Amino acid sequence: MEAAVFIVCAAIVLAGSLGVVLARNPVHAALSLVGTLFGMAVLFLNLEAHFLAAVQIIVYAGAIVVLFLFVIMLLGVDRLEDISVEPIFGQRVLAIFVGLVGFGLGATYIVVSVAEVQNTSAGVASAYLTRPLSNLHEIAEVLFFDYVYAFEATAVLLTISVVGAVVMTRRMARNQQPENQLTNQSSNTASED
Amino acid sequence: MVSSNSYLVLSAAVFTIGAVGLMVRRNPLIMFMCVELMLNAVNLTFITFARGFDDISGQVAVLFVLVVAAAEVVVGLAIVVAIKRRWPLATADDLSELRG
Repeated sequence: MEAAVFIVCAAIVLAGSLGVVLARNPVHAALSLVGTLFGMAVLFLNLEAHFLAAVQIIVYAGAIVVLFLFVIMLLGVDRLEDISVEPIFGQRVLAIFVGLVGFGLGATYIVVSVAEVQNTSAGVASAYLTRPLSNLHEIAEVLFFDYVYAFEATAVLLTISVVGAVVMTRRMARNQQPENQLTNQSSNTASED
Repeated sequence: MVSSNSYLVLSAAVFTIGAVGLMVRRNPLIMFMCVELMLNAVNLTFITFARGFDDISGQVAVLFVLVVAAAEVVVGLAIVVAIKRRWPLATADDLSELRG
């Protein structure tokens, strides 16, 4: 059963991630990203990370992708991008080559080293299933005791990012041109001031 | 029980696809989506090892990765909005200089 779920979800994840990279329309890329994230969430369930599967769907599919779609619609950049032109000669070939080399190295390392993991975990793999506490309780115990300072730091991080987003996207009261002039400018960076 | 190998190879594949997309695509929004793909691949690795080593700390790390990813998306999309407002046709290649 777990193998069947894994195969189906792996196919969904791979197809979705290829869709993100290959889609010409940014909206299609965002929808492919949703598919990938759902597949990932089911894989998390497969790996008995129940809480994180729920968080994955709520935070990623529910908030982050909606934010992406919101920005795409807000900026009106949902036009098709011409991806047949290669801006830098040889960029794609090089990128795919570098990616395949990295994948090869990573996969080799995994295959070589994961035997150690399985040896270490041979005795505890069954204990994982028979824990007295639920997944959520276990995460809470570690999070609020061992990692409580990191947890507080994430609160600071989120506050800073919210303030940064507001500062960057608000319109300046001074030193700012009217909107109708801004939209007529080309992408030439030398045209300012 | 599916071995950890399969999950890790899948995670490496997704990470590779995200990295290649980040290097190839020029639309900043799609580049952000590729970064999300890479972060998700790392999350899958963390959870796989959390099961492999029977240590819940891997799942806690994923929680922190999620928070950092959310903050990164908020700041990144704010930058994209601010840039697109000034230069509506800009791609990532046009913005190689940090000038005012």
